[in-house]
Amino acid sequence: MEIASRVHAKNLVEWAKNHPEALVLSADLTSSTEIDLFRETYPDRFLSMGIAEQNMLSFAGGLAREGFLPLVHTFAVFIYRRAFDQIAMSVAYPNLPVKMFGFLPGITTPGGATHQAIEDIAVMRSLPNMTVLETGDATDVKTVLDAAASIEGPVYVRMLRGEIPKLFGNDNPLIFGKARVISRGGEITLFSSGICTEEALRATEALRLRGVSISHLHITTLKPFNDPLVLDAIEKARCGVITMENHTIIGGLGSAVAEMMTEHGIGKKLVRIGLRDTFAHGASLPYLKKEYGFDAMALIRSIESLLGASFRISEDELAEIRLSEISGSVNAEAL
Amino acid sequence: MNTSSPHRTHIDIAQMARGIRRRVLEHTVRNNGGYVCQACSSAEIFASLYGAILRLSPLDMPLAPWKFPGVPGNSNAQYKTGAAFHGEKLPEFDRFYLSPSQYSLVMYAALIEAGRMDEHALEEFNRDGGILEMIGAEHSPGMEIMTGSLGQGISQVAGIAMARKRKGESGRNVLFMSDGEFQIGQTWEAIQAIVFHRLHNILIFVDINGHQCDGRVEQVMNIEPLHARLEGFGMRVFRIDGHDIDKLIDCGTRIGGDKPAIVLCDTDPCRGMEFLRSRAPKYHYVRFSSEQERREFEKKLSLFNNIK
Repeated sequence: MEIASRVHAKNLVEWAKNHPEALVLSADLTSSTEIDLFRETYPDRFLSMGIAEQNMLSFAGGLAREGFLPLVHTFAVFIYRRAFDQIAMSVAYPNLPVKMFGFLPGITTPGGATHQAIEDIAVMRSLPNMTVLETGDATDVKTVLDAAASIEGPVYVRMLRGEIPKLFGNDNPLIFGKARVISRGGEITLFSSGICTEEALRATEALRLRGVSISHLHITTLKPFNDPLVLDAIEKARCGVITMENHTIIGGLGSAVAEMMTEHGIGKKLVRIGLRDTFAHGASLPYLKKEYGFDAMALIRSIESLLGASFRISEDELAEIRLSEISGSVNAEAL
Repeated sequence: MNTSSPHRTHIDIAQMARGIRRRVLEHTVRNNGGYVCQACSSAEIFASLYGAILRLSPLDMPLAPWKFPGVPGNSNAQYKTGAAFHGEKLPEFDRFYLSPSQYSLVMYAALIEAGRMDEHALEEFNRDGGILEMIGAEHSPGMEIMTGSLGQGISQVAGIAMARKRKGESGRNVLFMSDGEFQIGQTWEAIQAIVFHRLHNILIFVDINGHQCDGRVEQVMNIEPLHARLEGFGMRVFRIDGHDIDKLIDCGTRIGGDKPAIVLCDTDPCRGMEFLRSRAPKYHYVRFSSEQERREFEKKLSLFNNIK
């Protein structure tokens, strides 16, 4: 599996060539959100808005009303926490095509509670007209721009930066409203999103070697949440459904799956893995994943509990697992 | 220069201002309360804007309000804002935006006085399923952006002004604000962005009537010295008597220089209705405490009508 570097920085510049209406807005986090290359390439289309996010979001609404495509970049917390009223009234109500790129989702930063966006999906999912997307690998980051731009109205994107694993092949892009099938199986159905997909893959690989049959789907569209592939996978799960997300278990992927299950009258066991209604603190990602119970081992424990089995998988075994790129043909077979 | 607004004299504009006060008082009596002091303080500002300052596309005839078109969304194809009352949007024409939509009734009255809205439209005011809402939204007559959550209007207009500047449109972007909005952080974020991005196509009028919901501004949260603060931020600032029509019209041309312009209009929340003064300092929303009080207002209204 390839590790890609600064995917958004290079891709945005390339993408913007064919989108002259796109303007990039920055709130003093230009390098940190990988828009420095854009600033160098298109200085006239780069708007420095300072540490003033409330103005930035309403301002973006004004630009969008006049036919521009504002791409707002900052840390996720400073979008939905700092400027929520502005997003609601200046952007979401009028259904304007403002695309918000929120960096440092969940516990992907050692910056602590002030910088960790742990309830952004819950908050943004509740806003009428809002679409919510999440990226989980380099291919997602690269292809989310087309998906976001194709949607009429505002889009909130949970974005990754820096060194990012490439889980999905070039033939397997992020497609709005459609889950990616990673594996198929009848016992357990697992939905993972964002950075949790890579983590989950280590667990599912170890479990596959022990004959556990798992349907694993990678979710990138968190709202709207009406993908028939997801519903079908829930219906086929014999022993239970698991969600795994880099977010509080309230209001995110786990809740969306629970809503879908109850609305369709599907009475099955659902395990939601994620932050269990708690804030986190500043530390490394491996430490936080383990500390807050959403690493590969936590997933294995949940599956063992659902199956009433014990697979004796060690941390060492998980660390040795090598992942390979997932091609689009897996998805085609699933249809 | 005022090519598309009907050319009105000072006397016409004074008459418009009088009409705005009368219509707002009438509906305050009918509805058992209303934002009447906002009409007293801002009648000359609105009359000067619609009568002389704004260059808006003309309308063939005054428009009658329509039913609530639903909220915006991808499934609502029939949705439209209240911008139609300002005529067709053209690059060379001005745009006008009301930030404190608590002034909506004043603007509705002004649209009628300007011949842009049907004279009987106010019968629809605050009526269920209509668009003349008490605190208007972007579907209300004369409105086209979501304001009323105070402080958001100026930032949205700054974005629009930036967009129009980039497109090379010569029309101005005129914004009406209230003094209370200068307590809001976002307002100052927007002011600094307007200066920083050199948005000289913005002209702001502020109604400084010195009152807000809790009472006198200086006792709720002082905003002075506003003139010096705004100048310090890099704005070109004018401070005038907001009931002086000649000065208002003169300031309406003060735009397009090397700085964005803001006109601070000192006003009196009881101007033209002396009987309101006993309610001090609660001017934000006039609510009748008894039937007797309502009848007294009705009497004042008939006097108002007679003077006309």
